Amino acid sequence: MTTTIKDRTAIVGIGQTAFGKGLEDTELSLACQAIAMAIDDAGLAPSDVDGLVMFSMENGREVEVARNVGLGDVTYFGEVGYGGGAGCATVGHAAMAVAAGQCEVAVAWRARKRSAKASRPWANVNQRLSGATQWSRPFGLLRPVDEIAMLARRYMHEFGATRDHLANVALAFRAHANRNPNATMYAKRMTREDYMKARWISEPLCLFDNCLETDGALAVVIVLAERAKDLKQPPAYIHAFAQSIPRQHQVMTNYFCDDPLLGPSYACANLLWKRSDFTPRDVRVAQLYDAFSPLIPLSLEGYGFCQRGEGAAFTDDGALEWPHGRLPTNTAGGGMSEAYVHGFNLVLEGVRQMRGTSTSQVEGAECCLVTSGEGVPTSALLLRR
Amino acid sequence: MESGLLLPDLDDVDAAPFWNGAARGELLVQACAACGRRRMPPRPMCPACRAVQSRWDTVSGRGTIWSFVVPHPPLLPTYQALAPYNVITVALDEDPRLRLVGNLVARPDGAINEVDPSTIRIGEPVRVVFQAVDDVFFPRWVRV
Repeated sequence: MTTTIKDRTAIVGIGQTAFGKGLEDTELSLACQAIAMAIDDAGLAPSDVDGLVMFSMENGREVEVARNVGLGDVTYFGEVGYGGGAGCATVGHAAMAVAAGQCEVAVAWRARKRSAKASRPWANVNQRLSGATQWSRPFGLLRPVDEIAMLARRYMHEFGATRDHLANVALAFRAHANRNPNATMYAKRMTREDYMKARWISEPLCLFDNCLETDGALAVVIVLAERAKDLKQPPAYIHAFAQSIPRQHQVMTNYFCDDPLLGPSYACANLLWKRSDFTPRDVRVAQLYDAFSPLIPLSLEGYGFCQRGEGAAFTDDGALEWPHGRLPTNTAGGGMSEAYVHGFNLVLEGVRQMRGTSTSQVEGAECCLVTSGEGVPTSALLLRR
Repeated sequence: MESGLLLPDLDDVDAAPFWNGAARGELLVQACAACGRRRMPPRPMCPACRAVQSRWDTVSGRGTIWSFVVPHPPLLPTYQALAPYNVITVALDEDPRLRLVGNLVARPDGAINEVDPSTIRIGEPVRVVFQAVDDVFFPRWVRV
């Protein structure tokens, strides 16, 4: 009996809407459009789909998706929480459900209208704060960027990281977006001087340390590996999957545990590599969750590409840049320069790298690491050809 | 509320003793009544021994700056009017793993945007002061 999901399922269809600001369609409509495109891309019919996994934060519900897209009888559905930490987990849960026989064709997706005011949870000012937020928001730590800036400043202090390191991240992803016609920042070049002159958002983080605010939707279709071989597209096998809530973690404001800079990626990476035939050394392309630039050095360390405290220096010498860097990262532009759809666009770029269809294709890459939110309960996938 | 600042819900049973202590001018941290392990933010169960009984210990109110940020717009209106201001995380002297988020002020009744942010350093020693904000007392911090 097979006891792991290693290579038992594959992503066989991908779909995405245009990215923009102020799109007219609702989140539900965007979700349905992306899902329909992903099913088409796989060469399957909507009536084949019997599994659905989505973000808890999704506005459209499973029943609405099912009756809009015209799905068959759905036998498995589930949700994953914690915002940006959920992306890889929705795919992983779908893979587990397919591998366990609870459904045969599963869809995972994310749709978002980031420009809608209601999509900013921190902007809700009417209620008194209870639970975790009362320990930070009254003092003016209001937005996700403020919460991550607190960790970023400490990281820079402890390990000697500088704004030049953060600029390395922003510039690499922008250069990749400049090669991707679907990216929001396709036509907008950025120089180191642009980065250094950008206005502050929450010191030590400036405008270009932040992800975009994007309307759009993306979806993937997951089936058993045996079935994947007969479908239209080259399969991107789900080689390994992991999630983590690290011990004593507090969501976003993770300042209260023994070692706040030991982020969720460490615990996630432990299981991911344990379940994988690959090691970090074998990974030649990665899609790392980048809501904010300082998350990249934290993830590089957490997923084992370098030692603790070395993540900032790792970004030097164009290490994250296609085609010559040691680890081309966020090759479609990532959340900072392609689109910020809670990191789900990273999953699709991982699939394109395995298909050989990225606009910044890394030749000969056998596998691609995709990660979800650093700073929240998280998840990761290792895809392989 | 008058101030326009975000305020804690004083009916939160886990947190109420902290805010009540602040109103008396005392900085309190939650501790397990069974094993004595201190924990912040407060919660119903001790993660070390699973006891649900807790007590509140008065601490010295001294600590060091563990990290800080300086938010700039766009922010909620009341905060935007104060920006750029500082937000600091303080590691308490009793146990540096006990940390509280607050603001560095130049004097006990000072505003959160009075200290020049370029002068703030990680590791600086600070002590707590309490400021009335509507029906709540906020712990804030001054340099020692």
